[in-house]
Amino acid sequence: MSLLTTPSQTVGPYLRIGFLPLLIDAIAPAGVPGERIIIRGRMSDGDGKPVNDGVLEIWQADAQGKYAHPEDGQKTIAANPFRGFGRVLTDGGGAFRFTTIKPGPVAGPDGKQQAPHLVVTVFMRGMLRHLITRMYFPGEALNETDPVLQRVPVDRRATLVATAGSEKSIVEWNVVSQGPAETVFFDF
Amino acid sequence: MSKVLGYRRPYFDTQPAHLYPGYRSTIKRAPSKPLIHLPHTISEVTGPLFGPADIGPNDHDLTAQHEGAPIGERIVVSGRVLDENSKPVANALIEMWQANSAGRYRHDIDDHDAPLDPNFTGVGRVLTGADGAYRFITIKPAAYPWRNHYNAWRPAHLHFSLFGLGLVQRLVTQMYFPGDPLLPYDPMYNSIPNEKARERLISHFDWERTIPDIALAYRFDMVLRGREDTPMETTRS
Ligand SMILES: [Fe+2]
Repeated sequence: MSLLTTPSQTVGPYLRIGFLPLLIDAIAPAGVPGERIIIRGRMSDGDGKPVNDGVLEIWQADAQGKYAHPEDGQKTIAANPFRGFGRVLTDGGGAFRFTTIKPGPVAGPDGKQQAPHLVVTVFMRGMLRHLITRMYFPGEALNETDPVLQRVPVDRRATLVATAGSEKSIVEWNVVSQGPAETVFFDF
Repeated sequence: MSKVLGYRRPYFDTQPAHLYPGYRSTIKRAPSKPLIHLPHTISEVTGPLFGPADIGPNDHDLTAQHEGAPIGERIVVSGRVLDENSKPVANALIEMWQANSAGRYRHDIDDHDAPLDPNFTGVGRVLTGADGAYRFITIKPAAYPWRNHYNAWRPAHLHFSLFGLGLVQRLVTQMYFPGDPLLPYDPMYNSIPNEKARERLISHFDWERTIPDIALAYRFDMVLRGREDTPMETTRS
């Protein structure tokens, strides 16, 4: 038996009313161990214009590199204060901002580790299907051997790695949906 | 680590292309460079999980969120969330949002010249049961004009957003009503090349789930991606 999957459709221009009830811009509640960071950036389109009706959803492991999910051996989801999920909307200037803890390295294929990363799902008006990308952290030694970054042409890898901000706790990372500086998106 | 059991890739032509010029906003927003093939890792087969604590008492009933009753035709929208292998997806979070019975959203950028309804917000959410079943009570939304092209009207629709068991099951879609004469003219609906897949987005009139004297009913099942039979190899064929 094989059912046809339900096709994707755009979130449309009024996504805000649907996505607002589950807005989470502080991914790690107080008390969750880990290095606190602020991520900020902008979303823009093929003309470099700000995307003022976009959504980012963030999925990440905890500081030990474990996802709050039974498939990663975590049995006590309800008791875990760290769900690892965030959702932010872009503002009128295309800007977004969220806070979290830096995840640990997570298991990868062939016994290799994956460098610390956030999986980021992108929605906006004008996207019939959502996109998935990743944000890696600046200055991370594991970035050099990360099995997913290895798949990306060298000259495009920088789009997946945040840059250090004005303070140690801040990183900057932009999402460009189209054009020469286009963010790498994955066929998943 | 043990090998990750990945999810199947979408069957060709059953999902819209990223670039579909008939829907004008895709032209400057769709990626222009090739997407990079990503074998599923633990980061993609896991995903946020939700439970009853995430749902409020009237979240499933959009007609009961205010002092008075909203204007419009009350309807029940229900169905099941399954994966491609027909397996029910339990505890899936479903978010739903929609226009009111005049075709107007409660959103500050909606300037359609149609009245707002003080008794209708148009936002709901539910969690699927063990059998993948869900149920909303709402009012039937109206068609509304948009500025994609001359005399452009969206067919009446509900917006749905689903979280399954893993990130790759995430789905945002729209539900349409059977026999809507606007469907042949709608770029969103027609962006899906495969006709059978497109028809998945049309709900069915559901006599058996009507509530006598209260509401008509529509059935809308949603199918998320299913698991591969065997663990993903790290090399591509
Ligand atoms: Fe809509």
